[in-house]
Amino acid sequence: MIAYLDNSATTKVLDSVQEIMVKTMVSDYGNPSSMHKKGVEAENYIKEARNCLAKVLKVEGKEIVFTSGGTEANNLALIGTAMANQRAGKHIITSCIEHPSITNGMNYLEKEGFEVTYLSVDKNGLINLEELKEAVRKDTILVSIMYVNNEIGAVEPIEEIAAIIKKKNPNVLFHVDAIQAFGKYRIYPKRMGIDLLSVSGHKIHGPKGSGFLYICSGVKIHPILFGGGQQNGIRSGTENVPAIAGLGKAAEEIYQNFETKIAYFYTLKAHFIEGIKKIEGTQIHGLTNQDSAPHIVSVGFLGIRSEVLLHALEEKGIFVSAGSACASNKTAVSATLKGIKVEQNYLDSTIRFSFSIFTTEEEIEYCLLTLQKTLEQLRRYTRKK
Amino acid sequence: MLFKAFLIKYGEIGIKGKNRYLFEDALVRQIGFALKEVEGAFSISKEQGRIYIEADGEYDYEETIAALKRVFGIVGICPMIQIEDKGFENLAEEVVNYIKQIYPENQLTFKVHARRARKNFPMDSMTINKELGDRILKAFPMMRVDVHQPELNIYVEIRKQIHIYSETIPGCKGMPIGTNGKGMLLLSGGIDSPVAGWMVAKRGVEIEATYFHAPPYTSERAKQKVIDLATLVARYAGPIKLHIVNFTDIQLYIYDQCPHEELTIIMRRYMMRIAERIAVESGALGLITGESIGQVASQTMQSLFATNEVCTMPVFRPVIGFDKLEIVDLALKIQTYETSIQPFEDCCTIFVAKHPVTKPNLKLIKRSEEKLVEKIDEMIETAISTREIVICK
Repeated sequence: MIAYLDNSATTKVLDSVQEIMVKTMVSDYGNPSSMHKKGVEAENYIKEARNCLAKVLKVEGKEIVFTSGGTEANNLALIGTAMANQRAGKHIITSCIEHPSITNGMNYLEKEGFEVTYLSVDKNGLINLEELKEAVRKDTILVSIMYVNNEIGAVEPIEEIAAIIKKKNPNVLFHVDAIQAFGKYRIYPKRMGIDLLSVSGHKIHGPKGSGFLYICSGVKIHPILFGGGQQNGIRSGTENVPAIAGLGKAAEEIYQNFETKIAYFYTLKAHFIEGIKKIEGTQIHGLTNQDSAPHIVSVGFLGIRSEVLLHALEEKGIFVSAGSACASNKTAVSATLKGIKVEQNYLDSTIRFSFSIFTTEEEIEYCLLTLQKTLEQLRRYTRKK
Repeated sequence: MLFKAFLIKYGEIGIKGKNRYLFEDALVRQIGFALKEVEGAFSISKEQGRIYIEADGEYDYEETIAALKRVFGIVGICPMIQIEDKGFENLAEEVVNYIKQIYPENQLTFKVHARRARKNFPMDSMTINKELGDRILKAFPMMRVDVHQPELNIYVEIRKQIHIYSETIPGCKGMPIGTNGKGMLLLSGGIDSPVAGWMVAKRGVEIEATYFHAPPYTSERAKQKVIDLATLVARYAGPIKLHIVNFTDIQLYIYDQCPHEELTIIMRRYMMRIAERIAVESGALGLITGESIGQVASQTMQSLFATNEVCTMPVFRPVIGFDKLEIVDLALKIQTYETSIQPFEDCCTIFVAKHPVTKPNLKLIKRSEEKLVEKIDEMIETAISTREIVICK
């Protein structure tokens, strides 16, 4: 049996997504900037995708800028707004559990003379709203907070955050990294007070190399790529038509029967958590109720190296992610797990399980049974003192 | 490209007695293998104690040189031009032309080395040297003859055609693969073992390799890394047959039954036993390891003595006297270093004792191994019979 439980890493592409992508490569392969019919055909795919996304988010089509994925969307949001607004101030606020495409972007901006405040989080990965309120200053130009944390599924109170920021300084831009949230929550940027929103296609059964940044009209932003002036000059480069068409299709499908899907996710999650709690020496990081994301469960297994458990599960056809790589390999220890202050003996021992609409109850059951057996075997051979 | 041909110099193999043709044939074969990867078509010929490579049409010069530099047995690579014999006047013109093109500065001291292999050429070697020197001096007034330490040596060989060359690009020496039997390399993912394999291959030994895989304690990527390393060594040594042995059960069994601080030594003894069994099956005549005295606990003299004791085959340890940095230098040279230092090696550190024995007592080790009698033979059989074989090239 195969149980792919690594859907926060990437997801399987939908058949309808694959179909439309093939069409844009095989028959409607024109360059959307070309003046002839072939170009118009290609451009129509982009319009269609743009409309889909605009409808889902209840925004204007022209507020969507397609990118090469989540990383580029986050980078554009960060660096693009920082550069465009630096006269107003050079202070930025973020949390200590953001994705590297935010954190490393912040590091770059710090080197360029910007000041960054990193908000701490509690044991469930939630930022402290009081701390946020304190942090917003006159010279703050941007706050960037992730909607759903990719490692433990913590869900930040986005609307409250927006309200707090805007109340203290209405000129501050609010960017939300929604890469793990899009398709799991209904997100309406205009109603929620979000100025910029990053989304990636391959987390919602779309293709890798697809994504977009929602930029509220009126937001000042500089491009980070220069070229032929496509997408109003904000993101030059011939549009990746197959990826954009696929992304549009995936977004459309993911929000159909939405409530049923989310209810299904939470049933899977509850089932899984119930099973995990029965296994000795386990610890679930973050919240386990419906205040946490529907598709992510992060579990620490006492005395087990996460890499070893990962490979042992792999042998049984179960695919997951390690929360944090071997500390002995000096690969960075996860900022999120450190941020929520996971105890040392669970730090090297955390596995992330993440579900999709294709995950079945049988897979969950199989995974729980396999964990039970595998842990027993592995625990026989832990390091002798 | 001016050069359409290469003269291949081979030192050591030239002096082998009656076997000489075997060495030359092997070298021709290895050059053929190496050039298969290069853009262009080539013919390789053996003629009066020389090996010539001729490009048939367009080819990539840089790639050709790089490929030839990886062929063991080549001492020097001389890019040359070949001309038809149209008399001395024509030859002199060609030589002057050659200097004009290759050394546009033409302010060098020089010496002409003529060699008349085809004796019906009307002038003898000494005369050719003198006359050509004269022509060169006339054509390039800035050049001077220096017969002792010339900056430029111009070789002119009168054969069926006439060959002109002046540069020797050093090759990697050694002896052609396939002239010295076969060895079984114990290949880990580290820095040392690929270097050890390369060094033995350099002496003309065909290489096979054994890798001990311990899933889930070592990952698929760790295995891929070893395959990548074998493939890098294969650029010199030719295709390497890699035997991937699943060692997990044996490792866990030893871990269960034996004192923890002896684990590494006992494990290594079983690795040697298994490698030797596969070596015998493959017709290899020796084992090769990347051990270097004192580098780690399992490589002290006492430990080497203890691991060596299980083998009847000779065990070659070509880097035995090298410091780590010296091994690193070689790894950089043969371009295995980058791959070797990739980090996904061992999550099997749980098996490594905090304080492993550094001076194992063979008697004690043997006594510990007695605790394994019940199952170990069968486990070894299983490990050997279920091994995976990958051809790395």
